[in-house]
Amino acid sequence: MLTVRCKGTIGTFSISADIEAGVGVTAIHGPSGAGKSTILRAIAGLWHPLEGYIRVGDNVLLDTQNGINLATKNRRLGVVFQRPLLFPHLSVADNLRFGMSRRETGFDGVVGMLDLGGILDRMPKNLSGGEAQRVALGRAILADPQILLLDEPLTGLDDERRSQVLPYLERLRDETTIPIVYVSHHRDEIMQLADLIFTIEGGTVKQELTPREFELSTLPKIVTRLDSA
Amino acid sequence: MFEHLSDPTIWGIVILSLKVAFLAVLVALPLAIVMGKILAGPAFLGRSLLSAIVHLPLVLPPVVTGYALLIVFGRRGWIGSVLDDWGLGFTFSWVGAALAAGLMAFPLIVRPIRLAFETQSSDLNDMAKTLGAGSFKLFFKVALPLAWPGIIAGAVLGFAKALGEFGATITFVSNIPGETQTLSLAIYTLLQSPRGDGAALTLIAISIVLSFVAILASEWMTTSAQNRMER
Repeated sequence: MLTVRCKGTIGTFSISADIEAGVGVTAIHGPSGAGKSTILRAIAGLWHPLEGYIRVGDNVLLDTQNGINLATKNRRLGVVFQRPLLFPHLSVADNLRFGMSRRETGFDGVVGMLDLGGILDRMPKNLSGGEAQRVALGRAILADPQILLLDEPLTGLDDERRSQVLPYLERLRDETTIPIVYVSHHRDEIMQLADLIFTIEGGTVKQELTPREFELSTLPKIVTRLDSA
Repeated sequence: MFEHLSDPTIWGIVILSLKVAFLAVLVALPLAIVMGKILAGPAFLGRSLLSAIVHLPLVLPPVVTGYALLIVFGRRGWIGSVLDDWGLGFTFSWVGAALAAGLMAFPLIVRPIRLAFETQSSDLNDMAKTLGAGSFKLFFKVALPLAWPGIIAGAVLGFAKALGEFGATITFVSNIPGETQTLSLAIYTLLQSPRGDGAALTLIAISIVLSFVAILASEWMTTSAQNRMER
């Protein structure tokens, strides 16, 4: 479903990734500054690796060997960053419709799924952090993406808000067929959502883990030993 | 002073000035928006030069700007002579006064607009791109509405400047009552004549009121734009 192979540098920091993922939620996990977001930006076409090959489904987004490099607007993505980045001059409804030129229907369904019906007329400034992030999610889905890229979508929220938004992400995973790439440094979120996990360190993708393996690998040492005994 | 308020020539001068300033801003504003966007955008060869040219009327003596206009757009000017053949001459007409006023106001209109574009977050721009927006949609649906307060500020500043322009106007289109004699020119002329003080004071009072209204209107437009974002 998703293939990402890329190499590149940002200043003196070098990034290299080799990811092959199926449908469902693919998580990229690693500490801050490990290069997680950069890989996401490469998929979105907002960062250009020196060499690389990126494919989503049957669509080749980037193939440096054959000179293919689709512009971001043509990549059919849905992206949610840490900050909701809603358009401040547009109401919630207009924010949701911003990317809808790519599809005709589904507005009510998405509004229902994310419980946005009561806030459609509001301006972004008057939304809570959790509401704003739900609107950002809805806007991304309504752009009819082939893939959803979520870059630490819960990191800007406090624990309470996070627990308010997390169920919506689960609904999104269960009720849509859009593959999701989920970048986070939060172990709990990843265990709750991911089907497959890639760990990244110092700009390099290190391991490919199942949720069970991920759980074990991130447990404190003593517990791991007990488990294997 | 108030007896002059019923004098139709006074109001003729005011209306002419408003006409000149409106036309100047009307033509200069779209150009200033484009220029502001270009100057706020990614660096290119010659951007500093372009910026310097745009700001030149701000620092040149207005008389020099007026004379430059005469050379280019005058009856025997490079462009003026061609326009004159088509009957579109600028010289000694109120349209020429608007050209001089617009040129003088241009850098003042560009500046806040450029700043408004420069301070826009590139993240928001990236977000719009991921949602499928091409450069046309990016500009008209995101950049332009977000720059609205800067555009209003530029327009008001430009309007005030155009309303009060003196040096370039008198040099380029002279001081013809009823055609090119705007507020400043009329006040100057009246102050030169022995019994013009009263009428001059009336015009001065009107100038103050006009400037005040322009500033209040811009405050109101900026606040209402902000209120729309806070609903």
